[in-house]
Amino acid sequence: MGTPHLSRRSFLATVSAGAAAATAGPLLAACGGGGSGSGGKTTIEWWDIATTEPSQSLYPQIIKAYQAAHPDVTIKITNLENEAYKAKMTAVTASGKLPDIFVTWGGGVLKQQVDAGLVEDLTARSASLASGLIPISLQAYQFGGKTYAIPHDMGMVGFWYNKRLFAKAGIKDAPPTWARLLEDVRKLKAAGITPIALAGKEKWPAHYYWSYLALRIGGTQALKQAAASNDFSAPPFVEAGRQLKALADLAPFQQGYQGAGYDAPGGEAATMGSGRAAMELMGQWAPSVQKDASGKDLGADLGFFPFPVVEGGPGTTTDVFGGGNGHALRKGAPAAAYDFLTFLINAENERKLVSSGGFMPVVKGAESAIADPNRKLVAETLAKATGFQLYLDQAFPPAVGQEVNDSVTDLIAGKKTPEQVAQAVTKTAKSQ
Amino acid sequence: MTLSVETGDRPVDSARARNRPGRGRYRGRESARPARRIRDWASVTWFLVPALLLFALFVLVPIAVALYTSLFRWGGFGPPEDFVGLGNYTRLFDDPVFRGDLWRGLFLVVLSIAVQLPFALGTAVLLNQRLPGRAVYRTLFFAPYVLSEVVTGVLFGMIFLPGDGLADHLLDGVPVLDGLAGRWFSDPSTALPTVFLVMTWKYFGFHMMLYLAGLQSIPSEVLEAAAIDGAGPWRRFRHVTLPLLGPTLRISVFLSVIGSIQLFDLVWVTTSGGPTHSSETMAVTMFQFGFKRYQVGYAGAISVVMFAVSLVFSLLYQRFALRRDLRGAVTSMGAGR
Repeated sequence: MGTPHLSRRSFLATVSAGAAAATAGPLLAACGGGGSGSGGKTTIEWWDIATTEPSQSLYPQIIKAYQAAHPDVTIKITNLENEAYKAKMTAVTASGKLPDIFVTWGGGVLKQQVDAGLVEDLTARSASLASGLIPISLQAYQFGGKTYAIPHDMGMVGFWYNKRLFAKAGIKDAPPTWARLLEDVRKLKAAGITPIALAGKEKWPAHYYWSYLALRIGGTQALKQAAASNDFSAPPFVEAGRQLKALADLAPFQQGYQGAGYDAPGGEAATMGSGRAAMELMGQWAPSVQKDASGKDLGADLGFFPFPVVEGGPGTTTDVFGGGNGHALRKGAPAAAYDFLTFLINAENERKLVSSGGFMPVVKGAESAIADPNRKLVAETLAKATGFQLYLDQAFPPAVGQEVNDSVTDLIAGKKTPEQVAQAVTKTAKSQ
Repeated sequence: MTLSVETGDRPVDSARARNRPGRGRYRGRESARPARRIRDWASVTWFLVPALLLFALFVLVPIAVALYTSLFRWGGFGPPEDFVGLGNYTRLFDDPVFRGDLWRGLFLVVLSIAVQLPFALGTAVLLNQRLPGRAVYRTLFFAPYVLSEVVTGVLFGMIFLPGDGLADHLLDGVPVLDGLAGRWFSDPSTALPTVFLVMTWKYFGFHMMLYLAGLQSIPSEVLEAAAIDGAGPWRRFRHVTLPLLGPTLRISVFLSVIGSIQLFDLVWVTTSGGPTHSSETMAVTMFQFGFKRYQVGYAGAISVVMFAVSLVFSLLYQRFALRRDLRGAVTSMGAGR
């Protein structure tokens, strides 16, 4: 009896030890990170989210070109899916070990990393580079007058509209003011056209309306003040709620919008792409998602106009609401890492990135590489922009962003008053 | 959660009885026994330790950690430092969304017991008769259970698509029901009932299978005897089948209630809890706060309440409803003696 027992035990022990080693192996390997120079060779660790085209194949090309010019540098890129990347960054930020180069959206998350002393200050080094960039493209990465990342993509939210449907309702041009927009919504409804597609289930598309209205009514100043004081109960925010409610009261959204997703079948993008709604308020990526989700291309029917101004408010159409991507460096990253960031957006590579259709220009004048008239319009609006506000869910801690999404969705559904929205957001912001 | 309530401990009992000290005919080997017992205990420990370690590591420790972090205002970064005592819990019960979660949970539990399970029982009784093609029906009705909740959610998201979905096309022109067109998951008043509908579609087959197994273990002699005594079909069902199906029914109610309390995937995929929280469950609220807002302490408090509700329910249920069924099972060791 005894002997087989023992052999079985040792067998089990071996198996479990093996299993433990097998699971721990990759984990340990993954924790290894960090740039290390040995014998004159520099290895740079780069984390990004380039899991889709065009960046998926563009980045390795650019790395190859850089390594050919700098044989002593090796760049290792690790790509993670968006949400996985965020989760992993949360973990490595807590442990204090960031990779040499990492992609960032700026705003609250980057600020947290900067405050923890983990991010390299690029202010002095980037001074000359920055003068060649579109001014607002750097704003999301600047805190207290210092720059912590170099942008390589920039985008904004605006109205995408179906010119054919607008013409059908007798609307000649894009509305320059909010009052005109409300009037156009009435005209579209009267013509039997769904004025606006909205993904109510996802909530974040709804928050664009409230944020943009606040930006127009109170100017960038109002949002800066709110960010500093964590107080969203100021008049511009309440008024933004009232104006949004005025829009919602016209019932401008597609049937069943409260359950609609964004890129899901039958969602906002598909409704827009198949020509069943006249407009949507969305970022620069909207045309490609419309195409993907509906299988149709609006082509020349698709147009873009910036969010209209609200009469009496200091905000202008050149104040943009949006965000982009940049790369930050870990504190103490090798000098070659910064050199690579400048290489990534040099004239040749910037043209490659922009003409691939996956990136919007950050370098002045690069918008000439865009062929698509709508993307060109967005790029020009960005280049002329005078004010900038980062997406609220990135500018503020996650809880505040979510509360804005939640409360604004409730407002549109008639479950919260404009005052209650302002109070709820303030309460969450103050508790952070 | 296991279903093995039938594991009788009789063989173990008799083995233990034989080893019990003081029995006359074993007296001669008394001296050998302590060594034997130690060896018994050694092997028991050896078999139990891995399971206990895993149980502690993946069940007990996380519960303890959740309890601990629920006392802090904590964002998930670094160690929790901002101690707020029961602050998260008072905030929780002040939150209309969470109070709504409790009501919605109760709504799902009540509907499951009142609608889903009787429906499953009806189908089971029907498919227990001699019907042509009943194996096909059984397989068909059980098939949804095999699908993952996410697949089910995506599927019904398409079926209930406002305007374009299969449901709206089918009900087009049907009186009363076509008033639902374009609403389903998109209207605060219909979202939760629609979620329940999908839940029923997915789970009634599972409960039906349980009942079928239970029905087949009822000896036909008993039913025959009742028939000979003059009992009609309804009385045979009510007074013979139903009581003998008791243990199966009680387990199925238990699984259904616990499943309703912890419902997450289906809701997340179909409505994400919306519109305006009208189909949100405790698990969805917890996910929102824990993984979207990074208020991990508060989310911990929600998970603790969820755990407490499930625990209290299962303890009470085991004590009062499952007691007879569990007698003689390993879990009631000592209680019945």
